[in-house]
Amino acid sequence: MKIGKLSAALLAATMLTATSTAQAETLRLLTWGGYAPEEVIQKFEEKYPDIDVAVTLSNNEEMIAKLRATGGAGFDLAQPSHDRIYAAHLEYSIYKPMDLSKIDTSVMEPKLLDGVKANTTIDGQVYAVPHQWGTSGLMADKSKAPEIKSWGDLCDPQYKGKTSMRLRRTILLGTAFAMGEDPFAAYADLGKYQAILDKVVDKLIACKENVKAYWQGGDDLAALMLSGEVVASETWDSTAYKLYSQNPNIVFVPPATGALAWIDTFVLPRKGEADEAAYKWINFVLQPEIVKIMSASTGGTAAVKGGKDLLPDDKKAAVNAAFTDADMANLKFFANIPPGVEDMEGKALEKIKAATGG
Amino acid sequence: MRQSDFRRLSLILLFAPFALWILLLIVLPHIGMGVLALREKVAPRVYEFGFGNFLEFMHEPIYWNTLIRTGSMSLLVTALALLIGFPIAYYIAKIAGPRSRGALFLVCLIPLWVSDLIRAFGWILLLRETGVISSALQAAGLIDAPVELLYNDATVVIGLVYTVILFMIVPLVSTLDGMDNAMIEAGYNLGGNGFTVLRRIIIPYAMPGIVAGCIIVFMLTAGSYLTPILLGGKYSSWFTETIYQQFITRYNWEGGAAFGFLLLAFTSAVVWIGLKLSRQTLAGTVAKS
Repeated sequence: MKIGKLSAALLAATMLTATSTAQAETLRLLTWGGYAPEEVIQKFEEKYPDIDVAVTLSNNEEMIAKLRATGGAGFDLAQPSHDRIYAAHLEYSIYKPMDLSKIDTSVMEPKLLDGVKANTTIDGQVYAVPHQWGTSGLMADKSKAPEIKSWGDLCDPQYKGKTSMRLRRTILLGTAFAMGEDPFAAYADLGKYQAILDKVVDKLIACKENVKAYWQGGDDLAALMLSGEVVASETWDSTAYKLYSQNPNIVFVPPATGALAWIDTFVLPRKGEADEAAYKWINFVLQPEIVKIMSASTGGTAAVKGGKDLLPDDKKAAVNAAFTDADMANLKFFANIPPGVEDMEGKALEKIKAATGG
Repeated sequence: MRQSDFRRLSLILLFAPFALWILLLIVLPHIGMGVLALREKVAPRVYEFGFGNFLEFMHEPIYWNTLIRTGSMSLLVTALALLIGFPIAYYIAKIAGPRSRGALFLVCLIPLWVSDLIRAFGWILLLRETGVISSALQAAGLIDAPVELLYNDATVVIGLVYTVILFMIVPLVSTLDGMDNAMIEAGYNLGGNGFTVLRRIIIPYAMPGIVAGCIIVFMLTAGSYLTPILLGGKYSSWFTETIYQQFITRYNWEGGAAFGFLLLAFTSAVVWIGLKLSRQTLAGTVAKS
């Protein structure tokens, strides 16, 4: 009898909590560190008091792994880079098409919007819109390594033991460009791309002697550069801009073959449950006053018209110190990753990591 | 009748958490991994049953080189942990007074209260080129240029020994604690010197604790991820990192699952060989201490 009463009470209690959470809608955001600053969330929740924002921080690879694990459930809005949508969806079916009529696309920079649309249209339906963009390139301490100009310079013996890179696909692509190849053009012919990758692997294994350590995250890299243990490295531009404000000798260097540009997007996971709230969030963060707060925290540039003017002053200075107009025209946007390429690149990276002795 | 029902119920209730834990958190995930490991990817969204993922491991020397490397370094860590841990355990169990024993145990435990990650960062701060040790040596005039102590295999071994040594000390202390001091005295009375007493009396007695400690330490080391990644340099690959790469960077869950099983099989084989060589059984060692 007692047990009966107790379980009835427990049942009632669980039902009570279930109803109370169902009342407010929750927007579950899967995004990068800095892409959902507390200030923006507060303003959003003030405007839409019935929506709670829950944020999970991640990166490209983990976002896809998380969505793959659940078949696209568990999150209502995700922000992978524009090249991580097409193949990932073909392979694992994790996104759903967007209703562009619900998004104010008129504020977006047309070039970026068209680029993302072209990259993420599957069966005539668009799966993503742009949010932030930035570049990957090189970072050098001007006072100690003034001659860093190209991806290949990281392997220059005069900086032996004083360079760094991240063992991910960016350095593979950069090195391929520095060797005079065009890896993006070779995506269409995987046999040819494998031949390029093999050359890149040999080059980077030979280069291993020159590298002090492979960095894992932005903080890691910042510590290496600020302490002077490393004088030149492959980097995200945002990390370089942050360091520029602490040591003006550390600048972002767009490589001679062109900095590699990425666009982080908005996509709807296939089993997302709060599409309306997701569209509200997208439109909300594209407003100029929110873009300003957002850019200060992401380090990237918003994909809206005049996005560069909405950067905070110190970032603007860092960008102007790094990029000339010619560099801007030379940007290379990451091409769509066709199915199978991730596996080839992953294997190439494993070979480099496992190689011992110069 | 009611009495026996009640007894049965309490037995079921007591056993349930353990059974659920084994079933839901160990058995089920492993079945899932097993199914995944036996799926071969032939095209996007098309899979076939087969052993291709395991064959991939056999054909690619970088994978089994990494596995052998992980295994041999883990054995080295285990040996070092035993060498360093044994005297400490002996001191705590046999030499220290009952009061200081608790305090000493506590001192061994304290590092465990800090997360692995923070401890690894502690080592990084100490050992990096611009770190505490390098600067101190320079200030003392012993070296004239900064030295890099981080990013090599020795650092990884030191970091791992530091992380796991407690799991060696605890089983050793509990075994040595049960040993009668009279046995050591008898050994000396019969004319043995310190070394003979250690070899013929103390070590055989402590064998269950030694084996238990070694098994735990070896398994923990071979399966560790943070310490080798953070302290290891460009040449140090660890097998757990390879598994992570398969899952996350290459989206190759099938390969990753197969590698997971290979790591499990490999470490189990090493433990089995160790038990055979030392003529111990699992029941007589780990279960006892």
